[in-house]
Amino acid sequence: MQLEQILKNRRQEKEILLMTHIVLGYPSFEVNRQVIRQMVENGVDCIEMQIPFSEPMADGPVILKANQESIAAGTTIADCLEFGAEMADTYDIPFLFMTYYNIIFKYGEEKFLQQTQDAGLKGLIIPDLPPEMGEDFFRLAEEYRIAPILIFAPTSTDERMAELNHWAKGFIYCVARRGVTGRKSEFGDDFGTYLARCRKATDLPLAVGFGIQDRADVQALKGKTDMAVIGSRTIRLVEEEGPEAVGGFIAGLR
Amino acid sequence: MKRKGFFGNWGGAFIPEVLHQTFQELEQEYRKAKDDPAFWQEYSALMSNYSCRPTPLTYAGNLSKHFGGAQIYIKREDLNHTGAHKANNVMGQGLLVKRMGKKRVIAETGAGQHGMATATMAAKFGFACTIYMGEVDVRRQRPNVFWMEKMGATVVPVKDGSRTLKDAINEAFRDWVTNLDDTHYVFGTACGPAPFPEMVSWFQSIIGQEASRQIVELHGKLPARIYACVGGGSNAMGIFQGFMHDAVELVGVEAGGHGIASGLHAARLCGTDSSPGVAQGYKTMFLQNSDGQMLETHSVAAGLDYVGVSPILSDLADKKRVRFESATDKEVIAALDLTMRLEGIIPALESSHAFVQAFKEAPGLSPNDAIIINMSGRGDKDIFTIAHAFDDPSWKEFIIARAEEYKK
Repeated sequence: MQLEQILKNRRQEKEILLMTHIVLGYPSFEVNRQVIRQMVENGVDCIEMQIPFSEPMADGPVILKANQESIAAGTTIADCLEFGAEMADTYDIPFLFMTYYNIIFKYGEEKFLQQTQDAGLKGLIIPDLPPEMGEDFFRLAEEYRIAPILIFAPTSTDERMAELNHWAKGFIYCVARRGVTGRKSEFGDDFGTYLARCRKATDLPLAVGFGIQDRADVQALKGKTDMAVIGSRTIRLVEEEGPEAVGGFIAGLR
Repeated sequence: MKRKGFFGNWGGAFIPEVLHQTFQELEQEYRKAKDDPAFWQEYSALMSNYSCRPTPLTYAGNLSKHFGGAQIYIKREDLNHTGAHKANNVMGQGLLVKRMGKKRVIAETGAGQHGMATATMAAKFGFACTIYMGEVDVRRQRPNVFWMEKMGATVVPVKDGSRTLKDAINEAFRDWVTNLDDTHYVFGTACGPAPFPEMVSWFQSIIGQEASRQIVELHGKLPARIYACVGGGSNAMGIFQGFMHDAVELVGVEAGGHGIASGLHAARLCGTDSSPGVAQGYKTMFLQNSDGQMLETHSVAAGLDYVGVSPILSDLADKKRVRFESATDKEVIAALDLTMRLEGIIPALESSHAFVQAFKEAPGLSPNDAIIINMSGRGDKDIFTIAHAFDDPSWKEFIIARAEEYKK
């Protein structure tokens, strides 16, 4: 089944879906395993696994540091693909890769897509590959049935959203605010207007991410979006309280 | 078909969606300015009144005699206000910022020259200003940090990654995506996402416009060759554009560091360690490993110590229109020493790379030929690095004595 349908089916049963994020190889693949197990056991609906890149321009300090430490510890793209296959094989939820375009470009677009498909992953988030820079890649992704997930931002015009929707598959990732990952977001009136514009622009499920920290944030998003994305928050939690803290945190969000 | 923002295989705008609209607006504003003859007039007048343009083309008689070959001319970008070609780009973008009605500028800086020029422009035009600078560069270019702060800019030392220019660029982008409504990112070189490579090259083309006129006035004909150092590539693009369609050989000189074979260098277009990649918003030849992770680079000159290079220069390398060479740290110090002693001119460590290659080739050319070295900046800002490289005893004594004084 393709990503869009999997999420729509899950959405039938839940008021809001949860997507979480990890940086592969940070602090280690063993800790990644423990964290993912707890995420899945506590009902996470989708997990994005970030393949580290030395220049993560869209990420804030927490994820930036995680990228750098993972690379310094020797994480390779081959390790990430292998780990991705292991997770997709172990758990019955959709897994995605998130990374910057250079990782895929350098690995070889077709080879990367082939191996992502073989690994059983469902989609890709590439924050620095707008469709007009990667039309061939987007076509190729479709051939390999890997959903290219595109991003809407508060600065995207209605016209731009329509254009992005044309290329997007799986779901739309709505960035809650300007800026990079990790800082708190406010869900005021402007945010409501923005989400309404997102909703109008696409029939794909909507995920909202950037700065979602706690239960109150997730509650505030119920009825407004299909999926909430928790990113930097769990990385900080693992750093501060260890991987065993993740389960309780996830369980308390909905 | 030519794809927008691409130069052959290179360039583009690989940017997060949140910046899409900002780049659309910047592109529009740039096109409008480019199509408006009054804009270039305003720019040119500003540069002559505020920044000593046109800068002279100095005949280096003693160096020419010393090498006994080509007549050596030096394009004096060091005489720009703030001491480098960086001012050309910055003042141009400053005028665009005024047109766009933004109130704050940010910039990355390596050697500190671009940061310094941006801080100056911000002071003149009344913009708030934040400069991102790798922690390593803050240490090696302390005097520039002092002046930036004195002109009212906030200098943020960047402690991520290799703590040099590329990391400062990433951090500046992070600021920009957060504050894009009132902030313009004054990109310092002919790199980054479109339209920056083209726009920065356009502002820098003032160097080549002047030089092509000056050399004919002084030497009676076009030069045989032109030498420019290449970090991001903006000074090289600046002077090369004045001779692009003439029978003039263009030579770009990259940082050879400890030597190409050592791996400790920043040679993207003349070495074998680079490969095509996409980072910092554009596609070019990057120094990266087989997984696509960027490598550490090395140069005695902070301004050349960078993993990528202008996509326009990558294209000109493909087309064999520009020849690329490299100069080692050691050769750079020797060329700088000779230039100071014979001409009383102090080129920046960056610019000294161009001098190295010109000195290697001058003896092989005829005295009827002229060559131009683009002296992108002045070296007195590098006093700490240069004095250290020369291992100068009286300078060391002075520093020790001054430190003792401050301890009291």
